[in-house]
Amino acid sequence: MSEEFEPNIVAFLCNWCSYAGADLAGTSRMHYLPNIKIIRVMCSGRVNPLFLVNALQQGADGVLISGCHPGDCHYLEGNFFARRRFMLAKKLLEQIGVDPGRVNMSWVSASEGAKFKDVIDETVAKAKAAGPMEQFRRRQINW
Amino acid sequence: MNDSRPKIGVYVCHCGINIGSVVDVPAVIEYVKTLPGVEIAREYTYMCSDPGQNLVKDDIRNEGLNRVIVASCSPRMHEPTFRKTLKEAGLNPYFLEMANIREQDSWVHEDHAAATKKAKQLVEAAVAKASVLEALEEKEVDVIPSCLVIGAGIAGIQSALDIADAGYKVYVVEKTPSVGGHMSQLDKTFPTLDCSACILTPKMVDVANHPNIELMTYSQVEEVTGFVGNFKAKIRKRARYVDFDKCTGCGICAENCRLAGKIPSEFDENIGKRGAVYLPFPQAVPAKYTIDPERCLQLSKGKCGKEGPACAEACTAGAINFEQEDEIVEIDCGTIIVATGYDVFDASRKPEYGWTGNDNIITGLEFERLVSASGPTGGKPLLGRDKKGEGGYLPKKVAFIHCVGSRDESVGNEYCSRVCCMYLAKQAHLIRDKLPEAEITVFYMDVRAFGKGFEEFYDRVRREGVQYVRGNPSEIYKKSPDPEDHTVVVKVEDTLTATPMDYECDLVVLGVGLEPRKDVREIIDLFKLSQSTDGFFLEAHPKLRPVDTASDGIFLAGCCQGPKDIPDTVAQAKGAASSALILIASGRVKVEAQVSFVTSSECRGCGFCVEVCPFGAIELVDENRMGNIVQVALVNEALCKGCGSCAAACLSGAIQPRSFKDEQILPQIAVLGVRT
Repeated sequence: MSEEFEPNIVAFLCNWCSYAGADLAGTSRMHYLPNIKIIRVMCSGRVNPLFLVNALQQGADGVLISGCHPGDCHYLEGNFFARRRFMLAKKLLEQIGVDPGRVNMSWVSASEGAKFKDVIDETVAKAKAAGPMEQFRRRQINW
Repeated sequence: MNDSRPKIGVYVCHCGINIGSVVDVPAVIEYVKTLPGVEIAREYTYMCSDPGQNLVKDDIRNEGLNRVIVASCSPRMHEPTFRKTLKEAGLNPYFLEMANIREQDSWVHEDHAAATKKAKQLVEAAVAKASVLEALEEKEVDVIPSCLVIGAGIAGIQSALDIADAGYKVYVVEKTPSVGGHMSQLDKTFPTLDCSACILTPKMVDVANHPNIELMTYSQVEEVTGFVGNFKAKIRKRARYVDFDKCTGCGICAENCRLAGKIPSEFDENIGKRGAVYLPFPQAVPAKYTIDPERCLQLSKGKCGKEGPACAEACTAGAINFEQEDEIVEIDCGTIIVATGYDVFDASRKPEYGWTGNDNIITGLEFERLVSASGPTGGKPLLGRDKKGEGGYLPKKVAFIHCVGSRDESVGNEYCSRVCCMYLAKQAHLIRDKLPEAEITVFYMDVRAFGKGFEEFYDRVRREGVQYVRGNPSEIYKKSPDPEDHTVVVKVEDTLTATPMDYECDLVVLGVGLEPRKDVREIIDLFKLSQSTDGFFLEAHPKLRPVDTASDGIFLAGCCQGPKDIPDTVAQAKGAASSALILIASGRVKVEAQVSFVTSSECRGCGFCVEVCPFGAIELVDENRMGNIVQVALVNEALCKGCGSCAAACLSGAIQPRSFKDEQILPQIAVLGVRT
């Protein structure tokens, strides 16, 4: 692995907990690695496993879904659906040869700015260890 | 307005130097100008200011922009602001997309080049999404002109009275048999030394008698459904085993109870005693007796004495009814105020302070009952009374300990409880008042006398001969096992003179802090509230929305949101009442426009979305497809909250949440997935 390799990570954060937690990390000026690009969704339950595959296909070296803690979902149970879908997607991706370190999920509440920073640092480290994502890359699609 | 071809305007905010000092804004502008569909790209110091917003409005009007991207702070901060800007310029507010380049970029990255690169990508993703945004219609629903207040301490009482006085219906639900909360347990209040009961009881009576208030004590909310403006709540009114209408509050039942004076009284912090049928305290509202089903012999063992329950026999009104059952009440309300209060820190979690088993090492709240004129000792700080409550001695040397269970990581409470410094100063004053000869010493970490009149009061107490010693005790213990020797030793270092000392006294008052209630989980589950790291309920914004929650129409008042004193609690309660009144008085509220919709021609009627919808907002309905009746999904927009779980479950992509459709998220992934 070349030393300069900086993984690119696409994160899907729910609006109510994790996105707010990421905002809190910002308000508290906690520094973390810039490798993470955040897409806001209303609920982690919105994340179609296809989004993860799509991100990896586009060349993302890692993906992250983060939502409210189990039981705290703003939409009652969306994060449970997210968790089930994630587990299946992760298994499937592993079977077709994707390093499991690329596929991540976490629970970060709106008050856990510090935890968010830790999650990001850990996710980036895992993706770094997995190296650049070169599998089933496809031509960039022009939407 | 022609939205067939996107004409995008991008506005990059410097936010003073918050963004501009890290992100190279001109470079972002140069990059953005090259992106497809971008007609205008501008930078400005403060986009949220009037001139900033006018830039956007002018461009919409003069240049015919039909999509706007503001790259600035979090959309959780200013999305409503800029939506309004678009609306005022005549553009549908949902043609706005924000790129968060402050909280999630300039504030968290030290590498300026990397932060600039990330900002470019974030704006590019916003451009990709903006091109496929759609106009959405904002719908309004009626607000049921009423409020449900949970908890009838001073916070709940004040909120309820304000809303009721404005002329609207209020339902007050209180878990215990009486309203009043912790404030009714207090003797005097700092710094003015008002008698707590004197200022509270009139309000307690008002809440019970107000024509617009329906008070439900000894009751609990079991279920809440619905949404802002249209909540439904199921309330369990627990059986009192005393007929509410027949009971005159005379108290003959309690006098005759076979367990009278044998059960520790919760209201008196277990210092005083009550019977199985009881009124928590003499000024309780409503003045109706309650039978404790766990202690009552008749209810717990099925038998009370040889002749049957004495209370029932004694009651001339015939109010005792052992057959009574819980009653379930359902109400509709437009708004909810959560005012569930706090628990004091459990001093047994600091075993080194010897609270357990020593009756002259007491908590601040126990002290309040001990010196209260309505308390078990009639206001005399008598210690060591026998089982009948007789005898006892008055302390000669008293120690007060600050910060017990507050500012203490070892018990998991990093926060300051805000009231202990002042209540201990007040209690020191009360001891000085009642026992002029006593030696009084206060052991403190810091004295935080921040409120109106606090510093003056603290000075006064020190002038009254109360010693303040800076030091946090390491251990407090009984000097000898002899029951006649009441001496307690406080092991502490005076940190100003670096002198270790064993301070001997015969009363120690622990300044216990405030904690989230032990049943906080139940309340969270009911209302879907969030907690801050300290465990108290999280407000929607720490500064600008301190009484709102993340759920529209649900507000917070009092110590459930964080420790605060009585004036702050009342102020917040009035704030919560006013916030609820805004909804109630306007009578209409905007509901989520970003709800799901079904393209029925693509729906195969499998019903997966129906199964995952947490709100029961989707149903399968018949559709006539060229003579064939097929089932397709249909969204009830009033119930849908736009989470998008349905879209992730849908196999054909027929159901999609507006503004978060697959075809709006995938272009973002296409931009952000690329390693630059």
